[in-house]
Amino acid sequence: MSGIHVSTKINGDAVEFVCDVEETLLDVLRDKLGMTGSKEGCASGDCGACSVTVDGRLTCSCLMLGAEAEGHDIGTIEGIAKGTQLHPIQQKILDHAALQCGVCTPGFVVAAKALLEKNPDPTETEVRFWLAGNLCRCTGYDKIIRAVMDAAAEMRGQ
Amino acid sequence: MARNPDADSAPAPKAVKTSTIEFDADKAKTFKVVGSRPPRPDGMDKVTGRARFGADMVMPGQLVGLILRSPHPHAVIVSIDTTAAEALSGVKSVITRDDFAENADHHDVLCNIMAREKALYEGHAIAAVAATSKAVARKALKLIKVDYQILPHVTDVDLAMAPDAPLLHADMITSGVTPAPTKPSNIAGRSEFGHGDVEAGFALADVIIERDFKTAATHQGYIEPHACVANVGADGMSELWCCTQGHFHVRQVCASLLGIDVSRLRVTASEIGGGFGGKTTVFIEPVALALSRKAGRPVKIAMSRDEVFKASGPTASSSMNVKIGVTKDGHITAGEGEFRYQGGAFAGAPADFGAMSAFACYALDNVKTVAYDVVTNRPKGAAYRAPGAPMSVYAVESVIAELAGEIGMDPIELRLKNAAREGTKSSYGPKFGSCGLVETLEAARDHPHYSAPLGPNQGRGVASGFWFNFGGETCSTLNINADGTVAIAVGTPDIGGSRAAMCIMAAEELGIPYERVRTIVADTSSLGYNDTTEGSRVTFSSGMAVIKASRKAVTEMCNRAAMIWDIPAEAVTWEDGHAKPSGANAGEFEPMSLAEIAATASKTGGPIAGHHEYNADGAGVSFGTHIVDTEVDPETGRVDILRYTVVQDAGKAIHPDYVEGQFQGGAVQGIGWALNEEYIYGEDGRLQNAGFLDYRMPVASDLPMIDTVIVEVPNPGHPYGVRGVGETGIVPPLAAIANGVSAAAGVRLTELPMSPPRVLKAIDDAKVAAQ
Amino acid sequence: MVQVTLSGTFQQVAGGISTLEIEAKNIRQLLNGLEKQCPELKPLLANGIAVAIDSTIYRDDWFQPIPTDSEVFIIPRLAGG
Repeated sequence: MSGIHVSTKINGDAVEFVCDVEETLLDVLRDKLGMTGSKEGCASGDCGACSVTVDGRLTCSCLMLGAEAEGHDIGTIEGIAKGTQLHPIQQKILDHAALQCGVCTPGFVVAAKALLEKNPDPTETEVRFWLAGNLCRCTGYDKIIRAVMDAAAEMRGQ
Repeated sequence: MARNPDADSAPAPKAVKTSTIEFDADKAKTFKVVGSRPPRPDGMDKVTGRARFGADMVMPGQLVGLILRSPHPHAVIVSIDTTAAEALSGVKSVITRDDFAENADHHDVLCNIMAREKALYEGHAIAAVAATSKAVARKALKLIKVDYQILPHVTDVDLAMAPDAPLLHADMITSGVTPAPTKPSNIAGRSEFGHGDVEAGFALADVIIERDFKTAATHQGYIEPHACVANVGADGMSELWCCTQGHFHVRQVCASLLGIDVSRLRVTASEIGGGFGGKTTVFIEPVALALSRKAGRPVKIAMSRDEVFKASGPTASSSMNVKIGVTKDGHITAGEGEFRYQGGAFAGAPADFGAMSAFACYALDNVKTVAYDVVTNRPKGAAYRAPGAPMSVYAVESVIAELAGEIGMDPIELRLKNAAREGTKSSYGPKFGSCGLVETLEAARDHPHYSAPLGPNQGRGVASGFWFNFGGETCSTLNINADGTVAIAVGTPDIGGSRAAMCIMAAEELGIPYERVRTIVADTSSLGYNDTTEGSRVTFSSGMAVIKASRKAVTEMCNRAAMIWDIPAEAVTWEDGHAKPSGANAGEFEPMSLAEIAATASKTGGPIAGHHEYNADGAGVSFGTHIVDTEVDPETGRVDILRYTVVQDAGKAIHPDYVEGQFQGGAVQGIGWALNEEYIYGEDGRLQNAGFLDYRMPVASDLPMIDTVIVEVPNPGHPYGVRGVGETGIVPPLAAIANGVSAAAGVRLTELPMSPPRVLKAIDDAKVAAQ
Repeated sequence: MVQVTLSGTFQQVAGGISTLEIEAKNIRQLLNGLEKQCPELKPLLANGIAVAIDSTIYRDDWFQPIPTDSEVFIIPRLAGG
C-alpha cells in the first residue's frame, strides 16, 4: 500500500503527513498527528463530535479523506484557545456548566465558533438548528444553547 | 464465603460500624460551599480537547484489535477456521472461544463477550484479531472462516414467551415458579410484588381502566463508543485503560475471565464519554486483554457506532398490561400490572425493577405486579438510567391520566390524593422513609407552566416517577498537601461532574476554598474496591466517604495543633479552616490555618491524610414530577415538544448546575424514548437502524429549554441530605409525553415510540371508529 | 423475633411462603435463619440480595443490626444506570 503525501495547514501551522487512500481526515488527526481532541462518535457524519473547519467551513472530519486536506486550511479544537486564553465560547461553556461527560464538547465548540463567525447575533432557533448536527446525550442541550447565546452576546460587546 | 451458619446465637456485636452519618440540619443552615456553582476541575481539559477518553490513549507498539461478529441472529457455530488470518502478514494474534476457559462465576458474561456453542444475536462476537494496522485487521477478519448452522430466531418479547418459540438456551428453566417447569423456555424468571387483595380493591372502584402497552428497546446513546487499550506483559502483569462506569468491576470480571489474580491487573478509568448504565459491564475489555496476552503487545479496541448498537447493552423492550380502579372522588382502590421485558440473549431484563417501581408513587391498599424476564435473539441488555422503571411507570401513569379524565379530576390532584409519603407501605414492600413526591407534585401544580394557556392541537401531560437509588461499597482517600491544598482520590468514575461535587464537600468540611481541592478518579491499584458509578450513588456514597475522610484529616490536624500548642487534643476545635483552642481554659493561641498546619506536618509527625472505607447504605429514594406541552400535527402525526418542566427531589443539591443537568439530560433521553428512538428488527432478525441517522436521538432543534425545579427534602441518611439524582429524571417523561400527545391528538396512545406514522395511524383509526 | 416478608421471586422459591418469623439481631442471623427455614432460598441468597429494615435498604451487610419489632423485607438486589 503506497501512501499519499499531503501538505496542509492545521491551526495555522504547516503540516505534512503520509496517509493511506482510505484514511479519513479524522483518522489522520487522531492516529497520525496525535490530535485526539476531535472524537469519533459515529464515523457517518451524524454526531458532529469530529467537527473541524476546512478553509473556515464547518466539516465532519470523519466524512473527509486525509488526502483531501492537501492545500487547505484546517482548524481543529486544539487551535481554538490561544495558549491559556480560552475562546469566549469555551469560557461560557465552563461558566454555564454546559457539559457533563464532555466528549461532544470539542465538536460543539468548533461548530459554535463557525456559527458565530457567520452570524454574530443568532436567535435561539438559529443556534438550535446550526447545532442540530452535533449530538449531546448528557445535557439536553439547554445549557449549551445558553452558553452559545451568552458567548455571542459577549463577543458582540454586549 | 461462609457467613458462619453457627453464629445464630451470637449476639450482635456491640460496636457496630455505622455506615452512615445522619443528616445534620444545623450544618445545612450554614453551608458556605455546598450549593454554589464553581467551575468543574475537568472543565478546562474538556473544552480544549485535552481530556483523554477511551480511544485517546496510545501505548508504545500498540496493535489494532477488531472483532468478527455474527451476521446471524441465531446459529450454531459449527467451526471457526482462523488459519488464513493467522498467516496474514501483520497479524499478531487471533482469538476465538477456545481462548477463554469456562467460567462459572461469570458464565453469561463469558458467553456474551465471545460466542461459544451458538451465536445468539446479530453482532455477537465470534473471533478477534490484533494486527499492525486497521487495514490488515480488516483483511484478517475476512479470512476467518466460520461455519454456521442457522437456527430460527425470535426478537419480540411476546413471541419469545410462546410455547413454540425458538429456544435460546436449552437449560433455561423459569425461576420463581412453583412447581418448577419441567421444560425449558425463554422465560428466565417470574417475580411478583404487592400486598392486599386486588380483586376486593377493584370491587370498590367506580371506574376501572385496563390497557395494554408496548415500548421499544432503546439505547443509552452515549456519544463515545466503547474503547480500551490492554497491555499484558510476559510476566502476566497487566494494565487496562478503558472508558467504564466501574473500573473495579471491570478488573474483577476481566481477571476472572482471563484466569489471573486481580492484583496483576491494573485498570485505569479514562474520561468517560457518557454511560447512563451502558458502561457498567464488559464487552471488549476481556477480548483486548486476551489478544494482548497472545500477541505480547498492547492492543486497542474501539467499537464502531454500528457495533455499539448491535453488540453493547441496549435497554429492554416491553409488553405490559395495567389495570387500575378508582372511586368517583379519586381514591385509587387497586392497581395491577403484568410487565414482560425482553433483555436480549441472556437473563437479566430489569422486569423486576419495573414491577417494583410501577406503582411506587402511590399509597395503595391493594396492589399486585408480576414481572417476566425474557430472553430473545438481541444483544444482552445493560442498565439504562433507572433500569426497568420508565416503561412500567409509563404504563401506570398513562392509565392514571386516563382515570383522572374519566372522573373529571385534575391529574395532579388525583396524584396528590393518593401520593406515597413517609410511612406509606410501598408497592414493593418496605415503608417509605422521608421522601419528596408530594413536594414535587405541589411544586408542579403551583408552577406557572401548569396553568399556561394551550393552543389548538396542543396537549399538556403530567407524570410522576420514582427510583430507589443505592449506595454500595465505597472508599476515598484525602491528602493534605504541604502547601495547604488538598488531593482527593475516589474510585467512582465521573460521568456528570462528580469530581466537582467531591471538591465542594471536602471544601465545606475543611473550611477552605473550593479551588484548593482537587479530586481524581484513582486506578484500581491505588485505592480499595469501589462499586460502579451507577444507581445514582456517587454524590451520595463517594461524597459521604469524602466527608468522613475530611473529618479524619481534621481530627489529625487538631492533634497537630494541640501538640504545637502543648495542650490536650480535646481542647482544640476546627472552625472555618482553622484549628482553634476550644475555649478560654484551653489557652490563648492564634488560630492555625490548614495551610500552616500542613506546612509543618513534616516536623509534627509526617503526612496528614484521611480515608474512609464503608458500605454506603441509606441512599434516599427519589421522586420527580414532569410537565410537558406537546403539539401534534394532525396531517403528519409529528409531535413537537413546546415546553418542558422537570420537578425533582434532590435531597440537597451539592452543585445545582449538575443537578439541573441530570434533570435536563434525563428528560431529553425520555423525550427520545417517547417520540423516536427504537430498535427496529427486520423479519431476518437483523437490526435495521444501527446508526444515528436512523436511530433518531433528539437534537438541539427538536427541543425547547428544559426548565428545572430542584426540590430539597433532605435524605436523613446523609449528613448534607443528599439523594441520588441521576436516574429518576428519565422515569416520568415517557408517560408525561404520552399523556400530552394523547390529549393533543384526542386519542390514547399506548405504544412507544410515538413516531409520526404511529401517531397518524392512531388519529386516523380514531376517526374511523368515530364514524 | 423479627417478621420477614419475602417478595419478588423469593416468595415462590420458598414454596409460596410470604412472611416468616426469625430470631435475628443482625442481617447475618437473619440470613442464617432464612436458610434454615427455607433451604431452597440458599442459591438466591448466595447471589446477593437486599434487605430493607424499616425504610432503609441494605445489601447483605452481615453485621447491620436489626432492631426488635422492625419491619424487614427481602427484595432483589438493586442495580442502576
